[in-house]
Amino acid sequence: MAQIQSNEQDSGKGGKHGKVRAKKQSTHIDMTPMVDLAFLLLTFFMLTTTFGKPKTMEINMPVKDPTNQAKNEVNNALTFLLSGDDKVYWYYGELKPETKLTLTDYSPQGLRKLLLDRNKQAVDEIKTLRENALKNKMADTTLKRMEVDIKGKKYALMVLVKTDDKAKYKNVINVLDELNICLIGKYALVDLDMREYDLIKNFQP
Amino acid sequence: MPKVKMPKNSPSLDMTPMVDLAFLLVTFFMLTTQFRPDEPVVVDSPSSISEKILPDKVMLVTIDSLGRVFFNLEGKELRKEMLGQMGAKYGVTFDEKETNRFALMTTFGMTVQQLKQYIPMDEMERKDFMKKSQGIPYDSLNNQLGDWIRFGRLAEAEKSGGAPVDKTKGLRFAIKGDANANYTAIKRVIEVFQEMKVNRFNLVTTLEQNPNI
Repeated sequence: MAQIQSNEQDSGKGGKHGKVRAKKQSTHIDMTPMVDLAFLLLTFFMLTTTFGKPKTMEINMPVKDPTNQAKNEVNNALTFLLSGDDKVYWYYGELKPETKLTLTDYSPQGLRKLLLDRNKQAVDEIKTLRENALKNKMADTTLKRMEVDIKGKKYALMVLVKTDDKAKYKNVINVLDELNICLIGKYALVDLDMREYDLIKNFQP
Repeated sequence: MPKVKMPKNSPSLDMTPMVDLAFLLVTFFMLTTQFRPDEPVVVDSPSSISEKILPDKVMLVTIDSLGRVFFNLEGKELRKEMLGQMGAKYGVTFDEKETNRFALMTTFGMTVQQLKQYIPMDEMERKDFMKKSQGIPYDSLNNQLGDWIRFGRLAEAEKSGGAPVDKTKGLRFAIKGDANANYTAIKRVIEVFQEMKVNRFNLVTTLEQNPNI
């Protein structure tokens, strides 16, 4: 396959005239095998590189400082209680003796709908902001900063995520992810209260 | 009658530009590819919409579905330094050969005492060992994970000359948990980090589509 092709006719003529001539050799080499190999390698590397770096979700935990126990403002707060078997309960506002839990799930009709309803004002504002930004060709950084501003406003929903000992890691990630989807900027992972533990235990739908 | 002559076309065509391009791409992909090192544990990360990419300089704590904890910090010099400090604290001496071998390893998860047996093992033995391993202890009585984190950070700080580390370029802390791990295990790992005054984490997830509400 890869031999150099020589021109047979030339050598024949040379013999007739009795002259010694150097064989005229074609400069063309059959490159097909090389190209085959090149493309094989190309496909191999292209397919293997797609398994790129993993994605991550950033989270900031509050600084643990015993002297600075910041009071949680719970007047506009939603509390999620995560438990085993992919169950998630919620209540709104402060925990009072008469507080009742509601069961929901991780589907778009459950958690997401609830969050969007409760956070309607901020969500709507961010939506109009995004539309305007698109029209006025606002810089991305400006838009980001304004979004963060809205998320930090008083009327924006605050969410507390509490887990009991049966909750799975994916449940927590699921909730945090829904919070990001629903444009909620104020949330915290908090320890479960004893009263809340009892509420889950005695929960009746 | 005039003959209709078909133009004689050579059946071979010049492939040189194509080959040039192919080799250019091959070189590009060969140089950019980083082969993922063999991880000793299989972890099924949960999915999220976050598109942030895991930073380069990262201290990775892996938690598998059974709640076992594994640790990884890349960088040969860092690992050597870290191992020396750990050995000194727990009274295990590692000779130069062991230290060098440790520098080339990836994620590990066992007590420092067991690490001494683990380092000289070959691939197959390591796999078996990992199946039986209990992970790095991280309870408050025997908090070896906390010590790995502390010595890892110290080694990193020493390497960067103790200068105030730029937030974007400094060492980051990632937690890679299995979707089915119990959250209490992850909570405890976060607590260990917080005891070391680390409050910012990257949780490793796989990408899922953003529903764009």
